[in-house]
Amino acid sequence: MDTVFDAVVVGAGPAGSIAARVLAEKGVKTLVLDKRQEIGAPKRCAEGINVASLKRVGIEPDPAWALRDIRGAILYSPSGRPFKVDLGKTSGYVLERKIFEKHLARDAIRAGARYMVKTLAKGVVLEDGRVCGVSAEFMGEEFTVRSRLVIAADGVDSKIARSAGLDTSNSLSDYHSGFQYEMAGLKLDDPDNLHIFFGADVAPKGYAWIFPKARDVANVGIGILGQLSGPGHRAREYLDRFIANRPEIFSGASPIEINSGGIPVGSAAPCLVADGLMVVGDAAHQVNPIHGGGIALAMNAAKLAAHVGAAALSEGDVSKERLGEYERIWREGDGVKLEKLLKLRAFMEKLDDDDLEKLVDILDSDEVIKLTNGEYGFLVKKFFRKAPKILPLARKFLT
Amino acid sequence: MMENKVVVDRMRCCYCGGCVGVCPKDALLLEEIALSVDSAKCVKCGACVKFCPVEALSFQK
Ligand SMILES: Cc1cc2nc3c(=O)[nH]c(=O)nc-3n(C[C@H](O)[C@H](O)[C@H](O)COP(=O)(O)OP(=O)(O)OC[C@H]3O[C@@H](n4cnc5c(N)ncnc54)[C@H](O)[C@@H]3O)c2cc1C
Ligand code: SF4
Ligand code: SF4
Repeated sequence: MDTVFDAVVVGAGPAGSIAARVLAEKGVKTLVLDKRQEIGAPKRCAEGINVASLKRVGIEPDPAWALRDIRGAILYSPSGRPFKVDLGKTSGYVLERKIFEKHLARDAIRAGARYMVKTLAKGVVLEDGRVCGVSAEFMGEEFTVRSRLVIAADGVDSKIARSAGLDTSNSLSDYHSGFQYEMAGLKLDDPDNLHIFFGADVAPKGYAWIFPKARDVANVGIGILGQLSGPGHRAREYLDRFIANRPEIFSGASPIEINSGGIPVGSAAPCLVADGLMVVGDAAHQVNPIHGGGIALAMNAAKLAAHVGAAALSEGDVSKERLGEYERIWREGDGVKLEKLLKLRAFMEKLDDDDLEKLVDILDSDEVIKLTNGEYGFLVKKFFRKAPKILPLARKFLT
Repeated sequence: MMENKVVVDRMRCCYCGGCVGVCPKDALLLEEIALSVDSAKCVKCGACVKFCPVEALSFQK
């Protein structure tokens, strides 16, 4: 089976399906390939997303997948002191991602895109150094799809961009090792907030989380810096200890799903385009370095890429320079915020448990919200007055 | 360590692909529920072994 499309999207995650929908809406003949036999499963995600990020890519929340309304988050210091970041109203959702992703795919198909599942893309087809399709395999049948544009939305295990010569590998110092149980039978005091736990014993240079999906069901997980993972101290071991230490929540609980995964928390990949190719989402490391959330950024980058890609196709110019408009727009937008948050991450990684306790004493909820938006100009002044010990670090990393 | 190779423990692996993302040589391939190591490409840097959240990778003779 050899076929011709205008665009091939590899990966039917949030990035791939948004890209496919936008392309199809613009009349681009689009094929999406995913190696999974079921889109959305198994998830590698805690399923948290904020309302604004859905709006930004034109998605209306649907109770079929927006399982639980979330008001805000409670952050726990290493000694267990809660710090409430209340946004006052529904500010986000915990999703049922396997349904969410199927809905995104359904929307793309309704817009005119075609999908193939259980289909492994093996690499791009190159002609004179230009990407002009992908080779793939479905149920033992190998085939080639020719297309002027390929969008690599293939997640952390990205192969497609690499097969075109772009380096999308992660380094252990900018990559979290994640492990999670979806659990039922929990005793949750406050299932309307996300719960996030810090501390060197809990999750070194990372955090543990409880993201409620129902009153007694939640994703319970942990991410630690890849560099600090190793025999006897892996994400799974930290999570099992976290659970064992909290019988008041977990004594009657059991897992109903196990998830693991890698989370890029560094800069975006060095180059996001080649002749005939664009890279989006986790494959491009477009993830928030502070909280590891990537759905929102992936979808927005995919939307931008698809707009530029569709225009480039209609102009008959899919050169790296033309597609580079996507990279420029992205780097000037979300990219700027990501770089700021990366500095904040570098700063946070230098803090010890006492410093974190100090932050709980001196920061308020609005200030923490500012921090998560990459606004930290106020910190140096604040530390000058209230936490002189942290001041040199803040000066080093945040100015 | 040099003559060792990276081996996948099928009973532990959760098929998350996290290790693939940390391999500098593109030596790992995750199909839907099969992870394989291309020993011709692998440079035995150990990044994947260190990373795996569930200890499904190890160096073995
Ligand atoms: C433990 C954990 C918790 C997380 N929690 C959150 C959270 O709460 N909120 C949040 O926003 N983000 C979270 N993230 C990150 C989030 O899951 C990702 O950023 C997001 O999934 C990125 O979307 P994507 O479309 O780029 O990639 P993916 O969702 O990974 O989709 C990639 C798709 O490509 C397919 N694919 C890959 N290679 C091929 C191939 N060769 N051929 C065909 N198909 C292929 C895959 O099967 C997959 O369906 C978490 C990640 C982890 C690991
Ligand atoms: S990181 Fe571990 S669990 Fe995930 S695919 Fe690799 S070997 Fe399997
Ligand atoms: S040891 Fe290094 S090169 Fe070999 S598969 Fe693992 S990450 Fe790749």
